[in-house]
Amino acid sequence: MDFSYDDEQNGLREAVSALLARAYGDSEQRRAVVATDPGFDEKTWSRLAEMGVLGLPFAEADGGMGAGPVEVSIVAEEIGRVLAPEPFVEAVVLAGGLVADLGTAAQRAEVLGALAEGSLVPAFAHTETGSRWDPAARAVTATSDGGSWRLSGVKEPVPNGARADVLVVSAAVDGGTRLFLVQGDAEGLTRSGHRNHDGTRSAKVAFAGTPAEPLGEGTGDQTAVVEKALARARVAYGHEALGAMETALTTTAEYLKARKQFGVPLSKFQALTFRAADMYVSLELARSTVMWATLVVDADGDVVAAADRARLQASRASRHIGKEAIQLHGGIGVTAEYKVGHYTSRLTAIDHLLGDGDWALARLAGSVDAHEAVDPLD
Amino acid sequence: MRLHLSPEDQAFRDEMRTFFTTAVPQPIRDAVAAHRELTKEQFVEAQQVLNAAGLAVPHWPVEWGGKDWTPLQRHIWREEMQLANVPEPLAFNASMIGPVIATFGSQEQKERFLPATASLDIWWCQGFSEPDAGSDLASLRTTAVRDGDDWVVNGQKTWTTLGQHADWIFCLVRTDPTADKKQRGISLLLFPMDSPGITLRPIELLDGGFEVNEVFFEDVRVPAENLVGEENHGWDYAKFLLGNERVGIARIGSTKRMLIEAKQHAREITSGGAPLLDDPYLRARIAEIENDLLALELTALRVVANSAGGRPHPASSVLKLRGSELQQAATELLVDIAGPLSLPSFSDDGDSDVPEWAQVAAPNYLNYRKVSIYGGSNEVQRTIIAGSILGL
Repeated sequence: MDFSYDDEQNGLREAVSALLARAYGDSEQRRAVVATDPGFDEKTWSRLAEMGVLGLPFAEADGGMGAGPVEVSIVAEEIGRVLAPEPFVEAVVLAGGLVADLGTAAQRAEVLGALAEGSLVPAFAHTETGSRWDPAARAVTATSDGGSWRLSGVKEPVPNGARADVLVVSAAVDGGTRLFLVQGDAEGLTRSGHRNHDGTRSAKVAFAGTPAEPLGEGTGDQTAVVEKALARARVAYGHEALGAMETALTTTAEYLKARKQFGVPLSKFQALTFRAADMYVSLELARSTVMWATLVVDADGDVVAAADRARLQASRASRHIGKEAIQLHGGIGVTAEYKVGHYTSRLTAIDHLLGDGDWALARLAGSVDAHEAVDPLD
Repeated sequence: MRLHLSPEDQAFRDEMRTFFTTAVPQPIRDAVAAHRELTKEQFVEAQQVLNAAGLAVPHWPVEWGGKDWTPLQRHIWREEMQLANVPEPLAFNASMIGPVIATFGSQEQKERFLPATASLDIWWCQGFSEPDAGSDLASLRTTAVRDGDDWVVNGQKTWTTLGQHADWIFCLVRTDPTADKKQRGISLLLFPMDSPGITLRPIELLDGGFEVNEVFFEDVRVPAENLVGEENHGWDYAKFLLGNERVGIARIGSTKRMLIEAKQHAREITSGGAPLLDDPYLRARIAEIENDLLALELTALRVVANSAGGRPHPASSVLKLRGSELQQAATELLVDIAGPLSLPSFSDDGDSDVPEWAQVAAPNYLNYRKVSIYGGSNEVQRTIIAGSILGL
């Protein structure tokens, strides 16, 4: 077992970090970007594409870089560190990942090639208002008529659903779930975009007999594929959360040293420094678990279970660090004018996108008697 | 970045597992599994089995019986030992005074003490804490005054663990009361526990056991050659020793063992007509401790990999802090699973149907309150994290 990065991976981190520091080194830059649609900076998106970041996990034959989950995790961490609003996990890991998993060669070339070039943003339309964190689709249904497929029903909230050029949509078919591609200009497609509390965008996406192209050539239930793709995205979001938590903690520690009350820096108060120490403990434990889960993805082990374990640790740590970062700052932490509260907002959003800690714990509790002990070295 | 153990480390792990589960006498491992107090003879026998196989002091210099292992191999050695319910080599010998003598002792001291320390032919105890010097160890007041070829020691130590079995004590004493800082003016002395002028008073703990003692010194004469290193530099050696103490203190394998035990017992006890292990709240509680323990183990693996050069990674404070909390969580879980059966803790001296594990659950839980206090209390660890990592 080895948790160290190689030189190439360190180089990738430095490059992405430098690019994002230019775009969002000052938190006001991010505030300005998220104030207007599409909620991220198209120029920064293009620069990420030029660097090869948007095609990182895809096969070279599909226009990608052929890198793995470790490289993806590095980018996600740097995204989180400055709260870059570009939809890397959403478009590349989740929507792009599903196309890579299931798509035909033509679909892969069309979607992944353009995604890697920065000319096409895909989104995964999956969540429905009546259920949560479920790999199966229920409210949106697909019907075929002589080989052509049409979708009906509503997906909401769909991250970047209004901006997306193409949607990967899950739909109920014959008691199972299958995936479809829907073009942004398809007939019978209505999209209504909204601003989320963390500055990102989501949409209500309604399908009314909307033409759709099946993703891939398979005809069976694809729920397990969705489950695994969601698991990979949970792990990637874990890294985005690690980057965000680290900044929230360092910002808080700097503030404790700089801010004076009662004539002394706040760092003189043990009641505060001990709480900062506990934040560090939470961060490091979450970091170990999330990094391990990425290694499980890399080795194609039990990705779903590892993602649940990472989700639980990251969720607990995100809430702990997010709440304490605001409390240790005081009133300024609740303002939109100062950066730390935005970290708490983003951590809260990540926590609820694909399953929170209690949700993951309930799943782990279900299998607690299926093993004697949890052994990461086996 | 790599998930799996290398084939060499996998083979190493198998070798350790086989040795610990076959070479160490079963009655000793049963006693550890049942949380019974071990006899002195059991401690000595277990350590001598390990030492004969070269597995008692792998972290010592090779010339004194150490192994040139990687940090990961040391981690595997320790975890496999705990998982197999093998008593670890006596910490006072193997982790504390042994490395200090090997690093700072004279050649004569090394030859005289190290082999017998590894084999537990000398049982050491620790003379550090005093009634007025706990976490603030440097405030210690036991004095040693030079008189001819001897030091004359007067004062009192406390929390001296298993001092009743000890042959020798390593003892921090104040040799220069006029030093400008209290950390200066402290020296480290070694002397036999049967020296005239030493009195031992056992302290009964909440679990009914007598694992710690007070030790009183009245004009105890210690030959000058029993000073370790330089006079008035004892604090440096103490810090070195305490840094080593923190490594391996997370006791992950031991906590893992307790969770396995908890699940077994929760299968056997019924609640509302169903096995207790079917209770969703209990399952969630166990699952969360298991996940926290996984996070700790992975952190330990990250930290050991970065501890090159013999200095503990600053994040080793996380291991002590969280390791102690999870040991306590596991003992609390066992008391809660025992429920009403946890009350008759000493029913083994009469007629009782209460199983042994349930009898010892509450005393063990109470005893384990110590783990967040010793080895640098968890508040001391938070101070280290805030200061040396966060710069506060």
